[in-house]
Amino acid sequence: MIHSVFLISNAGDLFLEKHWKSVISRSICDYFFEAREKAVEPDNVPPVIRTPHHYLINIYREKIFFVSVIQTEVPPLFVIEFLHRVAETFQDYFGECSETTIKDNVVIVYELLEEMLDNGFPLATESNILKELIRPPTILRSMVNTITGSSNVGETLPTGQLSTIPWRRAGVKYTNNEAYFDVVEEIDAILDKSGTTVFAEIQGVIDACVKLSGMPDLTLSFMNPRLLDDVSFHPCVRYKRWESERVISFIPPDGNFQLMSYHISAQNLVAIPVYVKQNISFFETGSSGRLDITVGPKQTMGKTLECLVVTVHMPKVVLSANLSATQGTYNYDPVTKILVWDIGKLNPQKLPNLKGSLSLQSGAPKPEENPSLNIDLKIQQLAISGLKVNRLDVYGEKYKPFKGVKYVSKAGKFQVRT
Amino acid sequence: MLGMSANSVSYNEQGSVESGVDAAQENSSIPASISSGGAASSLFSADYKKNEDLKEMLESNKESLKLEAMKRIVGLIAKGKNASELFPAVVKNVASKNIELKKLVYVYLVRYAEEQQDLALLSISTFQRALKDPNQLIRASALRVLSSIRVPIIVPIMMLAIKEAATDLSPYVRKTAAHAIQKLFSLDPDQKEHLIEVIEKLLKDKSTLVAGSVVMAFEEVCPDRIDLIHKNYRKLCNLLVDVEEWGQVVIIHMLTRYARTQFVSPWREDAVFDENSEKAFYDSEEERRVDQSKPYIMDPDHRLLLRNTKPLLQSRNTAVVMAVSQLYWHLSPKHELSIITKSLVRLLRSHREVQYIVLQNIATMSIQRKGMFEPFMKSFYVRSTDATHIKTLKLEILTNLANEANISTILREFQTYVKSQDKAFAAATIQAIGCCATNISEVTDTCLNGLVLLLSNRDETVVAESVVVIKKLLQTQPSQHSDIIKHMAKLFDNITVPMARASILWLMGEYCEHVPKIAPDVLRKMAKTFTDEEDIVKLQIVNLAAKLYLTNSKQTKLLTQYILNLGKYDQNYDIRDRTRFIRQLIVPNEKSGALSKYARRILMAPKPAPVLQSAFKDRDRFQLGTLSHTLNSQASGYLELSDWPAVAPDQSVRNVEVVEPVKEAGAPALSKSKPAKSNEKFYSDSEEEEGEEEEGSNSEDSSSSSSEESVRESESEENSNDSNKSSSSQSEKSSSESDSEKKKKTLKNKKLQQQKPDSKDRKQKNGNAVKVESRSESESGSESSSSESSSESRSELDSDSDSGTDQKKNTKPKPVQSKPVIKVEKKEVSLLDLDDFSPAPVTTPKSSILSPNLLSDLQGLLISPTASALQASSPVFVPETSHELLHRMTGKGLSAQYRFTRQPCIYGNSMVSLQLTLSNRTDQALENIHISEKSSTGQNIHRFNAIERLEPQASVTVSMGVDFNDSTQTANFQLCTKEDEFSVSIQPAVGELLLPITMSEADFTKEQGKLVGMNESSATITITPENVSSQSVNRKVVSVANLGVIPSGQENIYRFAGKTVSSGSLVLVSVALKDPDAMITINTEKTVMGSMLLRQVKTALTNSGP
Repeated sequence: MIHSVFLISNAGDLFLEKHWKSVISRSICDYFFEAREKAVEPDNVPPVIRTPHHYLINIYREKIFFVSVIQTEVPPLFVIEFLHRVAETFQDYFGECSETTIKDNVVIVYELLEEMLDNGFPLATESNILKELIRPPTILRSMVNTITGSSNVGETLPTGQLSTIPWRRAGVKYTNNEAYFDVVEEIDAILDKSGTTVFAEIQGVIDACVKLSGMPDLTLSFMNPRLLDDVSFHPCVRYKRWESERVISFIPPDGNFQLMSYHISAQNLVAIPVYVKQNISFFETGSSGRLDITVGPKQTMGKTLECLVVTVHMPKVVLSANLSATQGTYNYDPVTKILVWDIGKLNPQKLPNLKGSLSLQSGAPKPEENPSLNIDLKIQQLAISGLKVNRLDVYGEKYKPFKGVKYVSKAGKFQVRT
Repeated sequence: MLGMSANSVSYNEQGSVESGVDAAQENSSIPASISSGGAASSLFSADYKKNEDLKEMLESNKESLKLEAMKRIVGLIAKGKNASELFPAVVKNVASKNIELKKLVYVYLVRYAEEQQDLALLSISTFQRALKDPNQLIRASALRVLSSIRVPIIVPIMMLAIKEAATDLSPYVRKTAAHAIQKLFSLDPDQKEHLIEVIEKLLKDKSTLVAGSVVMAFEEVCPDRIDLIHKNYRKLCNLLVDVEEWGQVVIIHMLTRYARTQFVSPWREDAVFDENSEKAFYDSEEERRVDQSKPYIMDPDHRLLLRNTKPLLQSRNTAVVMAVSQLYWHLSPKHELSIITKSLVRLLRSHREVQYIVLQNIATMSIQRKGMFEPFMKSFYVRSTDATHIKTLKLEILTNLANEANISTILREFQTYVKSQDKAFAAATIQAIGCCATNISEVTDTCLNGLVLLLSNRDETVVAESVVVIKKLLQTQPSQHSDIIKHMAKLFDNITVPMARASILWLMGEYCEHVPKIAPDVLRKMAKTFTDEEDIVKLQIVNLAAKLYLTNSKQTKLLTQYILNLGKYDQNYDIRDRTRFIRQLIVPNEKSGALSKYARRILMAPKPAPVLQSAFKDRDRFQLGTLSHTLNSQASGYLELSDWPAVAPDQSVRNVEVVEPVKEAGAPALSKSKPAKSNEKFYSDSEEEEGEEEEGSNSEDSSSSSSEESVRESESEENSNDSNKSSSSQSEKSSSESDSEKKKKTLKNKKLQQQKPDSKDRKQKNGNAVKVESRSESESGSESSSSESSSESRSELDSDSDSGTDQKKNTKPKPVQSKPVIKVEKKEVSLLDLDDFSPAPVTTPKSSILSPNLLSDLQGLLISPTASALQASSPVFVPETSHELLHRMTGKGLSAQYRFTRQPCIYGNSMVSLQLTLSNRTDQALENIHISEKSSTGQNIHRFNAIERLEPQASVTVSMGVDFNDSTQTANFQLCTKEDEFSVSIQPAVGELLLPITMSEADFTKEQGKLVGMNESSATITITPENVSSQSVNRKVVSVANLGVIPSGQENIYRFAGKTVSSGSLVLVSVALKDPDAMITINTEKTVMGSMLLRQVKTALTNSGP
């Protein structure tokens, strides 16, 4: 299956290699570099690249290319999913997954990779198991280790590896038992020039942070489970009970995890919390243009919009922007041609407005299409779909845990065409 | 803090040294291209020196120094630097006590052993010792490293280690062994035969941990040996939900391949449905048509696979979802396919790379089945922030989805795309518009007009692409569009893209008769600029000249001469060639042969319009979800998906514990009473009994599906109707056939309104409701604890869109068809219900060690009526009725009930299998419950293993076998506890002394013909009106006797067949309805049994009760 993995920074620096079968020369990456060059943008690199004797399957994450070398037929998603899992594990261990952290923790990275794959086939990918095998670095631990000579490596097989609930380790103990759930919804939408919704849907996830002792068995129920159109669960969730009762019954992993993700389809009416009035025009003569954007609240269910950001990918001919914002700050990067207007909190009494002129490259024809606007926003304490958690019950353990649910709505891929 | 800083200092040190090395490297030979710096090229003096100090550190006595050194060495390896000369120093530490040091040494060893084979051998003995370590982690890692050392000399040692590890007690070590198989195979393919033996052994492993890895090994070593899978097929299906996600992917792909070789195509009916032409074809051939009209019956194993993979569509792992989707695509009946749509669309929210692969697969699917994705069309709308390859794929899909109804929406969307700043994407959109225009004739004109507008676009690529597409479109109907050609001629001067210019010229030439005035003028202009044009344009100029010369030689003769002369001396030999050819062809001279006569016909021949078709058109030759599909070319190691076999291979190969030939013994034996085995699993003993209950009802379930084939067809229609609704009827759609049947049946029952009283009864305890329709009793056990899972799963199937509170209500009238209660005694805390992931309880993977295979075996026994020989089948119906064996008053608190499981007995072929439920009603534990050795009557009894201890208020279920010797004589025996002895007796009903068999109708009549005269007993009864329907007759008869249902061609005759357990004599029952009478005929050698059975069937059919 997976023969080797190379980590390559966005700048093209190959900084880590690991082989699970016989060694493959890193010159294989030349094919990747070729494709990388052709693609211009890192996002445009084809995920699967064919070379005469091997296949390269790569992902791009946190400015790092994870390039894996495959020799024979394998489902490409298998490899892609695994590589993402590797990146997530790094993030989990080191707080972030970046070139520097990987270089700093190269030994742990190597030990992790060694445990995650055997002969190219995934062996242990559950973070709970890995953490028992190889403990994540903390300042305290490395101090203790240097004094006592003990190591970061576990000596016994993690119990999870053998049980039917590999995601939970045995013997968890907390003095404060608590369980928090974050319902995070993202609105994916495309609005057209006139503000009509072309397409809108809601993607939600429920992130959990469960710190409970022992082997608790939790049941989470919703006020309105029928809203959910399509769901996918963490392996811990009993699908059957969801099918029959629409409750989520599970033995949670220890710590942070994503309990489920769901989808509320375009068939349901999706509330669009924001409207944009925009007027972007480029003049035929004088190589200039005008921009005027106003943002206002629409269906916000009485909540305030926060962290409002408007991003515009300008056409290549736009050299600079001379604008004034009634609220927030704007920034135009002439290299990437991205205009970012960071508004912050939206005040419904006084709508924020960004107005001014754009200067274009002289002589170049005016762009035909106006750039579309990408909106980013956040609404606290509201799930835009109206989803509500009804109750959380704990079975199997005697203590009364502290429980909390938080709702937040965000804009996902929210695009306004102009 | 101190330690930390010390650490970081040492890293810094290393870093600085290395940066020096890097610099040295760059200065030296290799020009510093980004990818340079091969591992082997870094042997420099600085490097060497540094390795000296590492060597010293490794040889010191301090663990911490050694560890530090190893960490730095691993850092070197990670960077691809060569550290091979440290091998001797590192290898010494292989036996270190420090586990982290040891692990790092392992990392090093695996990396360099291949280069330093002799030295690597030094470490082997350490591993051999570690293989015997009591710690399973150490055993496993020793095997991992040992097998990763690619040194051919140690092949025999590896082989030995693998064989040993394959029988290790720890599943983790066995998993490692499965991985090692692949490693050894790649090192020495000659070991294949031995390795296959190990694979065979490991395939039998029942641990979920091992399953994925061994299947991986199987795929790598011997993918063609599907015979190894037969026996493990059902187990793998049942374990699937609990296997770790990566294993799931591998297993699903393997099972897809397997299923395509073992089952017949479920698509047959659809084909008749969809394609009228085919139907007509069959009309002419009487025979074939008959064949075709025979209802398709899905092999229960096939259904099992579909059912057990379905919940995995909800997996968080995208690879698993894709794997299930492709399995459904390749294996499921077409009308069930729609359940994968939502899951695939969900994946589009995932990472860019995932999107790419999923979109590719959707593109292939959408060509064949537009309907699947049409409701989700908007999910494929392009965002300006998408990566280019994602955009093009979405475009492809939108084009595929276009039809008369949605084309206007799609075209409006395309208009936005055409203006995109990403010009490559805009060009692709234009092509897509062209595709829509050709595919949907209604919009051809609209599209053409739109494209003509684009001709005045400022962007070259857009214009060029439009011209090319217009050219293709015009070819379909040129006469109506001469104004468009004129328009293009006008634009010609402004168009600079060669391809576009060439296309316009070609159009001019091709349709010069439609634009007789303009064409010569264009040629005149081209003659002027000929030398400056691109080659592709020049070729078309020559073409245009030739065509004009033929149609309008008066005006263009000189021009043509001129152009041909220019072409003659062109630098490009293609053009010179073409010119020469054209000249010979069109200019008549003495040398030109017969060809020039036909010049006009050659050049002006009507040309077929090009077919614009999707690039994904023929991708479906590859299995979806594979690398080969993504690349659209066969990747090495790709395993072809075979076509469905015309005739299904023998199904019985999948039966697991075949005691003897099926014909005689009936079903394979059930090993119900080996509690010891179950310890191997993660499940508690308490589940054992559940397993049994489940087992019985399971087989009922599967066989009921066969007994009702007649309904099947209409159901599948119903199913497909359901699936068209985009509502949340998912569960229903995909639930097994038997499920949907049940639903249907339930509906019927509701109408009849006769089941109501009984459904109340169902709440009663085992045993006191003999008359109660026994199906409803399958739930009886549920009273003891939460029955949620069972009853709710039912209600969910029945009324999927009801709210939670309704569900309970709805369940009430329905339990008639209730499914087996699976987790009857489930405790809240227990993890057992994790298994409940499977949609239908029937196949709950493994509630005890015995059940999974058994369940599935039983299902497999159900043989489709097409099979000619008489074969044993699983019981159509298993009554849940329990009979009292020992009342708690007489038993001093010990109560016992027995029930006939109607399964072939595992203890002996001539035995009837019984299930005993022992309950302790006292407040003390009862000890040593067993059956006394001495049996008072002559019957041969197989006793259950003594029960050590039965807690107060607890109950336990055991199974036993009794050889009644084909008589209804009671079996008497002593049930003993530690203190007491109770005489009990079991009086079997005659119907329980039979085992069902199935045979063809013809065989039935033949056998019946042999058993006439005194072997035949018959009676005429007046049948109660409720019993007239085929279902009720079937149900009544099979509830009285354990008989198999024989599919009948005649409407009013019902046939059932069975054989006696002990002697195996045939028992044939037929019921002929002649309204209002019914004639019951029973043919059997065992005349006594025949008459007794007749009496009972009579009673059953005349009784108006259920």
